[in-house]
Amino acid sequence: MIILPLVEPPPIELPELDWLLLGPMALVLGAAVVGVMVEAFAPRSSRRTIQLVLTFGSLIGAFVLVVLAAGSGGPVMASAAVIDGPALFLQGGILLVALLAALTMAERHVDPSGDAFAARASAMPGSEDERQFTARGYLQTEVWPLFLFAVGGMMLFPASNDLLTMFVALEIMSLPLYLLAGMARRRRLLSQESALKYFLLGAFSSAFFLYGAALVYGFAGTVNLGGIADAVTAQPQMSGLLLGGIAMIAVGMLFKVAAVPFHSWAPDVYQGAPTPVTGFMAAGVKVAAFGALLRLMYVAFAGSEWDWRPAFWVIAALTFFVGSIVALVQSDIKRMLAYSSIAHAGFLLLGVIAVTPEGLAATMFYLVTYGLATVGAFGVVMLVRDDTGENTAMENWRGLGRTHPWLAGAFALFLLSFAGIPLTAGFIGKFSVFAAAAAAGEGWLVLLAVLASAIAAFFYIRVVVVMFFSDPVGDGPAVAVPSWFTRTAIAFGAAATLVLGIFPQPVLEWAAQADIFIR
Amino acid sequence: MNLTSLQLPLSELPEEPVEALTGTLPAEAAGGYFPYMWLLVALPAFGALVLLVGGKRTNAWGHLLACLLPIGSFVLACLLLAQMMGAPVEDRLVTLEMWDWTFAGMFDVPFALRLDQLSMVFVMLISGVGSLIHIYSIGYMAEDPDRRKFFAYLNLFVAAMLLLVLANNYLLLYVGWEGVGLASYLLIGFWQYKSSAAVAAKKAFVMNRVGDVGLSVAVMLMFVTFGTVTFEQVFAAAPEAGDTALNLIGLALLLAAVGKSAQFPLQAWLLDAMEGPTPVSALIHAATMVTAGVYLIVRSNAIFDLASIAVTAVLAVGIITMVAGAVIACAKDEIKKSLAGSTMSQIGYMFVAAGLGPAGYVFAIFHLLMHGMFKADLFLSAGSVMHGMKDEKNMRFYGALRKVMLVTTIAFICGFLGISGLPPFDSFFSKDDIIKAALGTNWFAGVAAIAAAGLTAFYMTRMLSMTFFGDKRWKEEADPHESPSVMTVPMLLLSVGALFGGLFFVYVGDIVGWLDPITGYQPFVLPINDTVLEIVTLVVVLTGITLAWRQYASRPVPQQPPQQVSVFTTAARNSLYDDAFNEAVFMRPGQYLTRWLVWFDNQVVDGAVRGIASKVSGAGEQVKRLQTGFARSYALLMVGGAVLIGVVFVVARWL
Repeated sequence: MIILPLVEPPPIELPELDWLLLGPMALVLGAAVVGVMVEAFAPRSSRRTIQLVLTFGSLIGAFVLVVLAAGSGGPVMASAAVIDGPALFLQGGILLVALLAALTMAERHVDPSGDAFAARASAMPGSEDERQFTARGYLQTEVWPLFLFAVGGMMLFPASNDLLTMFVALEIMSLPLYLLAGMARRRRLLSQESALKYFLLGAFSSAFFLYGAALVYGFAGTVNLGGIADAVTAQPQMSGLLLGGIAMIAVGMLFKVAAVPFHSWAPDVYQGAPTPVTGFMAAGVKVAAFGALLRLMYVAFAGSEWDWRPAFWVIAALTFFVGSIVALVQSDIKRMLAYSSIAHAGFLLLGVIAVTPEGLAATMFYLVTYGLATVGAFGVVMLVRDDTGENTAMENWRGLGRTHPWLAGAFALFLLSFAGIPLTAGFIGKFSVFAAAAAAGEGWLVLLAVLASAIAAFFYIRVVVVMFFSDPVGDGPAVAVPSWFTRTAIAFGAAATLVLGIFPQPVLEWAAQADIFIR
Repeated sequence: MNLTSLQLPLSELPEEPVEALTGTLPAEAAGGYFPYMWLLVALPAFGALVLLVGGKRTNAWGHLLACLLPIGSFVLACLLLAQMMGAPVEDRLVTLEMWDWTFAGMFDVPFALRLDQLSMVFVMLISGVGSLIHIYSIGYMAEDPDRRKFFAYLNLFVAAMLLLVLANNYLLLYVGWEGVGLASYLLIGFWQYKSSAAVAAKKAFVMNRVGDVGLSVAVMLMFVTFGTVTFEQVFAAAPEAGDTALNLIGLALLLAAVGKSAQFPLQAWLLDAMEGPTPVSALIHAATMVTAGVYLIVRSNAIFDLASIAVTAVLAVGIITMVAGAVIACAKDEIKKSLAGSTMSQIGYMFVAAGLGPAGYVFAIFHLLMHGMFKADLFLSAGSVMHGMKDEKNMRFYGALRKVMLVTTIAFICGFLGISGLPPFDSFFSKDDIIKAALGTNWFAGVAAIAAAGLTAFYMTRMLSMTFFGDKRWKEEADPHESPSVMTVPMLLLSVGALFGGLFFVYVGDIVGWLDPITGYQPFVLPINDTVLEIVTLVVVLTGITLAWRQYASRPVPQQPPQQVSVFTTAARNSLYDDAFNEAVFMRPGQYLTRWLVWFDNQVVDGAVRGIASKVSGAGEQVKRLQTGFARSYALLMVGGAVLIGVVFVVARWL
């Protein structure tokens, strides 16, 4: 009988935690955990108030911490994540977007029966239960912890420094979003269908990501982004493991940013999800996922950029052309905005392809301006309604500029910013990304992108024309009067869009100072 | 001809901006009130914002706020003037840097204000006359349901005009330039329910756009030639640029000035612009905005001094408009149109002076300042008459109004004395200076200026006697009465300026010495004796007055304009056929061109566009079909995408 010598297992070393740098994420995720407790123990009547305090308190607190941490940085949690200039800039952007989105989610005045979420998500659509819960005025306050978890995931995503952390962040971000997408108060079947689709396809794409991560680990022997970069430079010869890994990771990431042909979920989900969630998703996920994609491509795979660049050329061109062209034939505002968001993913990919500090700074600026305008635009969409809820048919928006000049003016401003008209933030963002890509030698792709921008401008301007130059149908669109929550969100989005279009310099400079990833 | 300066490739643009020619003092260093000069623009801009955003809520007090804010600007301007007068000459050019409008490192335009002796004169004129006209408007617009909007636009105008004269670079000036154009358009068409007003606004807008193209071309040329659009840097670099570039820039600036100042050949809009409320005509279309062209040329003197062709063109434009405007003013029966003709003519004088080069710049500004006061006075008096006469504008239905509107009569007479060139009132100094400078530089311009002085005296006497003297020719419903004091007091204040402004600026405030550091005054030699010239001019003026008095005061004026008149009178009544001219020279060929373009557009361009558009939306419809709504087909599409990426990876490696 052989007795194996008893080996003392090595002690687990707890990593040092830098609380200043981790603070923002810790605060948001901590508030989310507390929020779950609140759902379990607090009386129903006070839950909404507590959740709102928790949500806004943690978001604002985290934003303050991000500002305080600006300028410092370094790897945290045993290099699982790295808080550097770009991470802090994007976290600040995500927090701002989340704040505005939270304002629109808190809106209770536009729908006579409550907020944008089902009174009880578990009740069957159309059932007696549902009717009862709605009549009693129940609110599904679980949306707030779910929302905070998603925000936390978004913040970790662009700060992840290894493939596994990135995968975990991706799932922390995505899972609550799948749920939130299915919780609309009106048109619940549509909402649930879209949530299920989003979940199935999201799981499919996560599998791609994970498989890709495994292949890259097989190649590099590490999941750390810096380690992968070293391995890439050390072995310049072709490796199927590496190429396959990059390709599959790219599929997972491109799904999240809704690049063609991984975009099919976006129009359905954008249309089905409760509008505040759509705004949050469209803005927040885009910022977070592009942040992560930038880090992957700039840090881990920069050494083999000539392998992945051609594929990204094709995907970028496909994305901005398909997004712009299909948006032309949409007759629903939410779907139109979904395709517009797809087109923007294409333009943003130019900044990824550039692989220069200017490209990074420009993409980050573009992301923030796009995010703020997007949340604002969906905030406006929430308000144009009829008896059955929001009315997003473009036909119904005719003459909005005459009946509600301020609202239509704000929406027009967002659309002009999306179109990249000068004196709006969108112009500066688009211009800097195109300039950076052109400087990186992508002249042809920029030319195509400008063409696609021209097509895209057409459908944005068309909505402006419909709002301001068509006669209203009947009494014109019915517009709900929102509380100050939504007003603040729209006004802030509009103000930011205008101010960043006229005085972009401070934010551009801030982005330019944060244009180096720490490995 | 030297074309190289125009073809300077971008890469050879100066890396660092050229150092300023004269040292400008940062506002912080100048101290005192200078760091606050942004308030000059901000106060009225704030008023416009409050009134437009506040909407009906501000109806009750909006007009009072709108009056207080320009007055605030005026008070600040007085303080700044006092401080500037106390400062040594080399410290009078003060720049207030606010922020940079920069991006991508290619385009650097500071948002900065520049206050020097020249802009100071304008700031005083705009905020001073502007404040008076705001106050006058309280009475004039008392009955108008949209009074708040009117005041909002007036404030907007004052803000934009102040920005125009305070800008330290051409791009910011362009912002103000467009701002005053917008305010002018809104105010001409203020009574848009009258189709004549709407049409007039549109006409003014279109003709101004033609001029504005000139300004934008000038800005672009400057950017290409000098790599900057800041005044100091452009002026400092001007001597190094080629003749062609300078002349092209000068001509483009002249085009802009001609449009804004209603000079030949873009003069036609000003007569129609009289459809706007009278305070607007006084402020925008007489005292300030229309003189922006003169400002632009005098401000750009460093360019015009080196551009001989452009400066000759300025002189030619000035002579033509000076005479033509006076002729038109002699024949118009509507009081405001006659005054508008007079405005064109007087601005023509300023162009003549500016076209004389360094000898004349100072006098252009001097006359501009005088004109701002006496013409505003005349317009406000005319407005007071119309106010009392139920908006009757035709002087053939006036007459003998001195008996019922004594204060208005006095104010109008003061304006008359100011413009006609009798000693010792405003024009006697400013206009005679221009005549002398013209004779000393270019005898033809001098003779034309003397002739125009005679015409000026003629049409002003005609206006004065048809309105206030002679017999009553009132319509039955007319019930003339004196205007309230909120209107007459501003008129009287302006009258004081019309009477004594010239004396003041010659004997107390030395305008030539004041402006010299900016415009570079250059003395000239008169070919004839000074006193002889003054006497000749005076005789010509007195002849004009006598002729007009005999024609319009001593004899009865028919209510219907006489039909048996000379060709010249008919021509003048028709504004020298400017509309027909525009129609024949611009509109018809334009229409043929548009017709051909429309045909081309329909057949060729639209054919292509429609083809592309239908292809594009057809493609959209095709791709849309992929959006089946089935998660399984979406997943299949994703697999397809993954395969695509894989293929591209392999192909990229293989290539």
